[in-house]
Amino acid sequence: MGTLAEEIFTQRLGREVHAGETVVADVDFAFAHDVTGPLAIKAFEQLDQPVWDPARIAFTFDHVMPANTVAAAELHRQIREFCAAQGVTNVLAEGICHQVLVEKGIAVPGGIVVGADSHSTTYGAMGCFATGLGSTDIGVTFATGRTWFRIPETVRVNVNGEPAPGVQAKDIALHVIRQVGAEGADYMAVEWGGETVSAMAMDERLTLCNLSVDFGGKAGMVEPDATTFAYTGGRGREVHVSNPRYIRTLEVDASAIRPQVAVHPAIDNVRDIDDVAGTPLDEVFIGSCTNGRLSDLALAAAMFEGREVSPRTRTVIVPSSRRVYLDTLERGYIETFARAGALVMNPGCGPCLGRQHGVLGPGENALSTSNRNYPGRMGSPEARIFLASPAVAAASALRGAITDPAEVN
Amino acid sequence: MGRVYKFGSGISTDAIMPGRYNVTTDFDSLRKGCFIEARPDFVATVQPGDIIVAGRNFGCGSSREHAPLSIKQNGIACVVAQGFARIFTRNATNIGLPIIRCAEVYDAVQEGDEMTVDIRTGVITSGGRTFAGEAPSGVALTIMEYGSLIEMIKARGWAALEEANVS
Ligand code: SF4
Repeated sequence: MGTLAEEIFTQRLGREVHAGETVVADVDFAFAHDVTGPLAIKAFEQLDQPVWDPARIAFTFDHVMPANTVAAAELHRQIREFCAAQGVTNVLAEGICHQVLVEKGIAVPGGIVVGADSHSTTYGAMGCFATGLGSTDIGVTFATGRTWFRIPETVRVNVNGEPAPGVQAKDIALHVIRQVGAEGADYMAVEWGGETVSAMAMDERLTLCNLSVDFGGKAGMVEPDATTFAYTGGRGREVHVSNPRYIRTLEVDASAIRPQVAVHPAIDNVRDIDDVAGTPLDEVFIGSCTNGRLSDLALAAAMFEGREVSPRTRTVIVPSSRRVYLDTLERGYIETFARAGALVMNPGCGPCLGRQHGVLGPGENALSTSNRNYPGRMGSPEARIFLASPAVAAASALRGAITDPAEVN
Repeated sequence: MGRVYKFGSGISTDAIMPGRYNVTTDFDSLRKGCFIEARPDFVATVQPGDIIVAGRNFGCGSSREHAPLSIKQNGIACVVAQGFARIFTRNATNIGLPIIRCAEVYDAVQEGDEMTVDIRTGVITSGGRTFAGEAPSGVALTIMEYGSLIEMIKARGWAALEEANVS
């Protein structure tokens, strides 16, 4: 009896649990990446015991890949050495953790996943409970296979109505963040549902759950359905919401949403595109764990076909994984991007966290399909970051200024 | 007793420790990177025992534990904020950086004021006034009693939380 989060923990613990209870539970999978991994290893080593299950641990090289400083290379070396010693074979240098691990099938309906990265909420799109933790917590889970959870209250978001052309999951999430604010779901789970979410493919559900942490969510989740089980090939457990009590329910009419833009310096400083259209851009970034998947790049390629991006704007495109990169290549999108004058980089986090594939200078404006526009996130703290959907990003790259995708077709 | 460093709301882990500076596990390098862009004078002027006072949602964003570690390495005795982001709360607790939630103190104190915080009771005093911050409870209190999450697990494993029946 309860929300999706309550039902998953009830299944896991074999007794009924409710929001507010603190429990210690087994997890199915735990990972860290090339920034949080070394600190997790440092914590783990203090416990002086082997890893709980090498097959259920992964390390990803994505935030700085390939290493661009000696210090970064040293961290990569530490991780490789650790994995060799502990028999961990999931050492993945093929894109962003949150895309690669979904492709590897580590998240299934009913499961519990923890990662040393805040956007671990992304996996909730598969109908599991997934949350981000710090390095010490993950180091302890590497040793014990468990961690503690406070069963969260849940904010339910019902999305109904057909979005207008050019309006995507990103716009729906930004619209919700605009309503509830950057702390709107602090310490809570966010359950996304309604007809519009049911009709969404996995790519878009991943976007919703990814952005759930950016308004405080401990988890973002979608109840598993036929789309989920088709994606996992039938793997995972049936788990369903039953007589849930939500702390808050939001009703969203997707048909009324304009393309949304989160304006520097905060994720909840969201405007309709009409208010910021025309703002000149020095950089457009299409990628990240929010919007670097095949459907995102397909949309950009369709808009770039036979055109060139504005010469005043650097356009950086980063497929989120090797699989996405290969699919993009096969379909000819990479050539379309290159001919359009965009820079296509190797799979990974790209410029999202201001450490590789270019940084912003003081006074520059960037429009990014990622999830964070904090000052200094992508380079100089005096740069301004606008967050929007791939459709807005592609249209804006062509014009060199923030542009409504409806104007470019 | 320490001096107050005052910050606003929504101070992200990117502001505490920008992504370009946390490519290390060396605690002294992390210490030097603390607020390096958002507040470049912080590391040079901070004294052990000083206190950070902030608004809402302190430590939001990235899960990087480098952020609370860098604050701890600078000898900050406590962070007092109107609110903390979830992962930051866990990280600070796990590494033994005291944090106290208090709504009132923010508007009542200025940068440089003298302040005392009792991290067990949550009682804050400054300028002759007393404020009731939230004392640590539940899991945070249990971990605090062992000094850190690692020490707790080493001593008792998860039984420390399971038997305490914390909530
Ligand atoms: S793409 Fe950006 S938000 Fe996503 S995991 Fe990488 S750095 Fe974090």
